[in-house]
Amino acid sequence: MATAEAIEESTKSKPKPTKRMTGAEALVQILLQENVDMAFGYPGGAIMPVYDALYDHQDSIHHVLARHEQGAIHMAQGYARANGKVGVCLATSGPGATNLITGIADAQIDSTPLVCITGQVPSALLGSDAFQECDVLGISMPVTKWNFQITKAEEIPQALAKAFYLARSGRPGPVVIDITKDAQFGEFDFAYEPCTSLRSYVPKPKLDHAKVKEAAELINNAERPYVLFGQGVILANAEKEFKQFIEKTGIPAAWTIMGLSALETDHPLNVGMLGMHGNYGPNLLTNECDVLIAVGMRFDDRVTGNLDKYAKQAKVVHLEIDPAEIDKNVPADIPVLGDAKESLTELNKLVKPNSHEEWLQRFRDCDQQEWEKVIEEELHPKSDVLSMGEVIRIINDVTGGDHILVTDVGQHQMVACRYSKFTKSKSNITSGGLGTMGFGLPAGIGAALGAPERTVIAVVGDGGLQMTIQELATIYQTKAKVKVLLLNNEFLGMVRQWQQLFFEKRYSSTELINPDFQQVAKGFYIPTAKVTERKNLEKAIEEFINYDGSYFLEVMVGKENNVFPMVTSGSGVAEIRLE
Amino acid sequence: MYSRWLQVARESQKSDWSDLMESEKQEFTITAYTENHVGLLHRITIIFTKRKINIESLTTSESEVEGIHRFTIAVTETEQQVIKVVKQIEKQVEVLKSDYYKKKEVVQQELALYKISTESLTSGLDVERIVREHNARFLTIEKHFVVIEKSGFRRETKALFDELKPYGISEFVRSGRIAVSRERDGIGKDVEKILAEAAV
Repeated sequence: MATAEAIEESTKSKPKPTKRMTGAEALVQILLQENVDMAFGYPGGAIMPVYDALYDHQDSIHHVLARHEQGAIHMAQGYARANGKVGVCLATSGPGATNLITGIADAQIDSTPLVCITGQVPSALLGSDAFQECDVLGISMPVTKWNFQITKAEEIPQALAKAFYLARSGRPGPVVIDITKDAQFGEFDFAYEPCTSLRSYVPKPKLDHAKVKEAAELINNAERPYVLFGQGVILANAEKEFKQFIEKTGIPAAWTIMGLSALETDHPLNVGMLGMHGNYGPNLLTNECDVLIAVGMRFDDRVTGNLDKYAKQAKVVHLEIDPAEIDKNVPADIPVLGDAKESLTELNKLVKPNSHEEWLQRFRDCDQQEWEKVIEEELHPKSDVLSMGEVIRIINDVTGGDHILVTDVGQHQMVACRYSKFTKSKSNITSGGLGTMGFGLPAGIGAALGAPERTVIAVVGDGGLQMTIQELATIYQTKAKVKVLLLNNEFLGMVRQWQQLFFEKRYSSTELINPDFQQVAKGFYIPTAKVTERKNLEKAIEEFINYDGSYFLEVMVGKENNVFPMVTSGSGVAEIRLE
Repeated sequence: MYSRWLQVARESQKSDWSDLMESEKQEFTITAYTENHVGLLHRITIIFTKRKINIESLTTSESEVEGIHRFTIAVTETEQQVIKVVKQIEKQVEVLKSDYYKKKEVVQQELALYKISTESLTSGLDVERIVREHNARFLTIEKHFVVIEKSGFRRETKALFDELKPYGISEFVRSGRIAVSRERDGIGKDVEKILAEAAV
């Protein structure tokens, strides 16, 4: 019989040498052992012992001082998404911790590995409504993969080991560790053993070979098979296996916004973007395929539109790590539970080489229609007004698709994701599930610090930028080489678009009377430029990208441009509108 | 990995998923075998709150497996929704296994206590007769009050309540539903298997 005691006994049987130290010092030692080289945060009363311990390890752990805890956590997200490591952030109790919540919810819905460490009032004061006390455990429970409150220094090693293991394993996610101040001060005999398994937790379901075989048979006999891929491919490091799969089977593949960059843009089988503002063919032909193969994606409502009109004709194969995603939105005929890398490796052995030229041609025909109705004007506008799309087109030309694109939320996000070119994976960082305005700038800083060898471009709108604009100070302090591209339309553009289309142009509280962003950027000592005319655009973008360091480029774009195509709310994917 | 119901659900689903989503609400008992962890109760209840599902009763206790706790949750919902909830419960880190049962798939009981004045017992034979007829029993008889205990289905404890009401019930309480499955082995066997594998 395996009891909790038995498990503890078995780990205790290998005694490790211990060293006496405070809880705060132990915490820093654990960060070092978990290969944490950077943490994002903001100090305050209840986390001060940890900050004091960090002071002695500044050479090994770079602490990035954000200007708001929300900024800190979005930086940790950007860091994690750009380099694949666990993002670590620190905050104090009460408001420090509550300011993290938006980012935690964002990381939860977008499966980003984070360990968030929050200070808490001394354990003797818990429940007394002490200064800066807040029930962080209760408040973060709905938006964390796991959370735990530490009230004794002795609990720190085991809790932190679990936190890192849970954050990064299986379907990743955010973990909150709340540590009372007395636990940070308390001395104990420290030893650390990383966690590698928990008896109540299955990170990767065991691959069911019978299901893989069934899936392969269905795929081998399909006439019009169609692949949808999501972030699961990136999180499983399965880009290579995924490419082998589509190349061997010749199946066209479309991406969710979270799956973007897992397959290079120019790949002949990459047919484009799914969903509300995705490409025409990928949406339309969802309802014409005979076998739909979903890889590491969760059929979000922004991807499926009205479920009653979604792929009813198709047999669905769903490769997924999380059993709770199977049948959640779209029922799977053949669910293949498991890590995408393992599933695809097995599947690749069983699928037959094939091609679907005629079927692929359907996508190309749709592309042609979309080009004529939407894309040509967006990328090469005839009007004098600058478009968001032409800015992205020039960026592609300058970088060759080698950059990391970070976006905020709104019209610019859709345009940037639709038109950006990618040659490498882990190159698209955006708030997909939660749609958090204010994400872009801090996530861009985190990405630039997490992947210093890459060019990181944070594309933001004038609305979202002003939600976390204070982080321009973090750029100055850290010298993060993030390029901030502001596509300024002086509107909350996406809401305005909806007001135009569905609320009779009643532009309720969507026009922004903005500050002088040039002066703002200058005030934060960031080199800056502004483009209002097409003739200056190309040169400005070249300078923006080639400048060695952070740079703020503002481009004034059409005030009332719309993003198309569009699958409007309540419509099916095949009812996608081109205008 | 698949529980029996996952398979069942899938077979019935494909053709008219949306019809099933609208399908009628019925009584279900959800059970979960878990670690004994501070906050897990909250983690499980928010799964219901998030979907605006009312928990009719919730009981936690030890299970037959040493060191493992058991949640028994009573809800009235559609089967599709219950399946999703069960998967979300099982997804929680400290949950080893979760499953759900329809009414006829479990043996279930609730326990009710009724407090009435001693006077109403001594003034006639009716109360004693009622208690006997309902297979209830006197838990204690004090100078001023008596406590009657009755276990059974909701309708049975309710029936006794209705009959005792005219005699003045000064306090009434009913426990949450507890239930065991009608299968030969409940999911406790699966839990033991998980624990055995983890111990290796």
